Amino acid sequence: MSNTSTPLRRFWTEFRENKVAVFALAVVVLMILLALFASVVSPQNPYDLANLSLMDSRRPPGFVGSGGYTHLLGTDPQGRDLLSAIFYGLRISIQIGLAAGFVSLTIGTALGITAAYLGGRIEALIMRLVDLQLSFPAILLALVMVALLGQGKAQLVGALVAAQYAYFARTAYGAAKAERGKDYIEAALATPLSGRLVVWRHLLPNCTPPLIVVATVQIANSISLEATLSFLGLGLPVTEPSLGMLISNGFPYMMSGRYWISVYPGVALIILIVAINVVGDQVRDQFNPRLRK
Amino acid sequence: MSAFVQITDVTRVFGPKLSLGEKIAAKLGGNVETRSVRAVSDVTLSVRKGETLGLVGESGCGKSTLGRAIAGISPPTSGTVTIDGTPVMADGTKATIRVQTVFQDPFASLDPRMKVGHTVAEGPIAHGLTTRADARRYVADWFDRVGLDPAWLERYPHQFSGGQRQRIAIARALAMQPDVLICDEPVASLDVSIQAQIINLFLELTRDLALTSVFISHDLSVIQHVSDRVAVMYLGRIVELGPVGEVFGNPAHPYTEALFGSVPKLVLDADELVRFETIEGEVPSPLSPPTGCHFHPRCPYATTVCQTERALMEPIDDHRSVACHHYQVCLGKAEHD
Repeated sequence: MSNTSTPLRRFWTEFRENKVAVFALAVVVLMILLALFASVVSPQNPYDLANLSLMDSRRPPGFVGSGGYTHLLGTDPQGRDLLSAIFYGLRISIQIGLAAGFVSLTIGTALGITAAYLGGRIEALIMRLVDLQLSFPAILLALVMVALLGQGKAQLVGALVAAQYAYFARTAYGAAKAERGKDYIEAALATPLSGRLVVWRHLLPNCTPPLIVVATVQIANSISLEATLSFLGLGLPVTEPSLGMLISNGFPYMMSGRYWISVYPGVALIILIVAINVVGDQVRDQFNPRLRK
Repeated sequence: MSAFVQITDVTRVFGPKLSLGEKIAAKLGGNVETRSVRAVSDVTLSVRKGETLGLVGESGCGKSTLGRAIAGISPPTSGTVTIDGTPVMADGTKATIRVQTVFQDPFASLDPRMKVGHTVAEGPIAHGLTTRADARRYVADWFDRVGLDPAWLERYPHQFSGGQRQRIAIARALAMQPDVLICDEPVASLDVSIQAQIINLFLELTRDLALTSVFISHDLSVIQHVSDRVAVMYLGRIVELGPVGEVFGNPAHPYTEALFGSVPKLVLDADELVRFETIEGEVPSPLSPPTGCHFHPRCPYATTVCQTERALMEPIDDHRSVACHHYQVCLGKAEHD
């Protein structure tokens, strides 16, 4: 083994062996790029009401609209080009998913590691709270939180964090509890190094593998939770539809043959979530020592 | 000679984990059975400057717990440990860097996600023994001293063998420039061929750096090789203490005697039967140790006084002490042989 064999490099070498996971990762990256550059790749800005014409509403895929270009995936009831709306919707979905994922990762990890490191009453208090919360379905908590906080991106992220931090806390706690008892933590504390230093330099880095796994799965979960909330009309303002709201907008027309309004955003959502989950599964398998060769 | 490390009346009790129900019952005045283990019981011991004290005993006798108390890793329930007059613990946390530890398992004692150079450097940086800018050279020096290539600083623990890892662990302990080194079974998890290398390294370093050390092991030959004096432990108590040659050559405590009888030998006399004396019976549960002298149920010389009265450590001569009511029987025996 050479000096360049960092854990990250070894990880990537192993990851590369699973072609499906590599493909899924490519899909995720592509979708993130599409979302980032939505304004460049979209034929139309679907959030600019001046661009929309009701004459073009609910047109089938391939229709050449008043803007002079082809609506590849058709248009929605407000006359938005669906392809553009999907790109922009992806942007919102991914933004919210990532924001909620990272905020709950931070809060959950802080709580879980604090509980595991300090032990005693603080441990009991934090973990019983987390257990209590885990006994409710996430969607129920998210619904209640949205109802309390109101509409808007920040509020939505807040609701998702409230629903999801407990999963991170549970995972971080389990990992940190196991690492806490190991000799290298003892050795560091015996030097003595301060507790803060030991937590940051030793405990936290050794708890990251399971947290990365949960993070990938939970980001996918918060995207679908957001879509669910938007579908129920509780998410974001109607003027800036996310994927969930696009699906919801097309729902009344499903039975009248205008399937595309709901189906294409749905397909985009499914591809994104499936791809993230495939990547997450591969990451989890690689971190599971029992599956290692 | 004066004591450099002074261990005074150190006791370590491991309390039982009470369930919530039991805790409530105890609060309400209920009679909850508390089963606690006295892993170390009233140990008083001193280590002289520059010497290596061997701590030997069966597994579970409390030698590691005592070592951890001396090293300031887990505070004793009662009693004190001082180095050159200053206490190791203050307010339940370790208050000195003058004592450092080498752990048993070098596969567990190094952080798998940290480069080994960084692992060795972080203590000295945190305690101002070197600067961040100078750390590389400082650690490279220590790597050199323990027989490691300084070019390996950037590697991770998984890239090393067990013996190399133990060298890294030794470098980590020594880079803190301690006066006292606690070695908790440092060779027990290594291959026999590697054990000798690590022991020789230990001897070389303790001599060159004038270290005072406590060497914990269940391996009598290792103890004999490295120690100046040896303390024999049985069920949390020191039962015999003295210069290693005298204790090993002419044991005063029946337990020490029995311990030697159970060591398999390679070279046998021509007419000797290949049969090892084993110590009668099992090690008693530390949850309910025997009354009186802890060793009496297994002791061939035990009398009624042993069942009721604990034998305290008493000096035999200037160098040795023993905790046994009938130590003369043991002492005399070896002289007759």
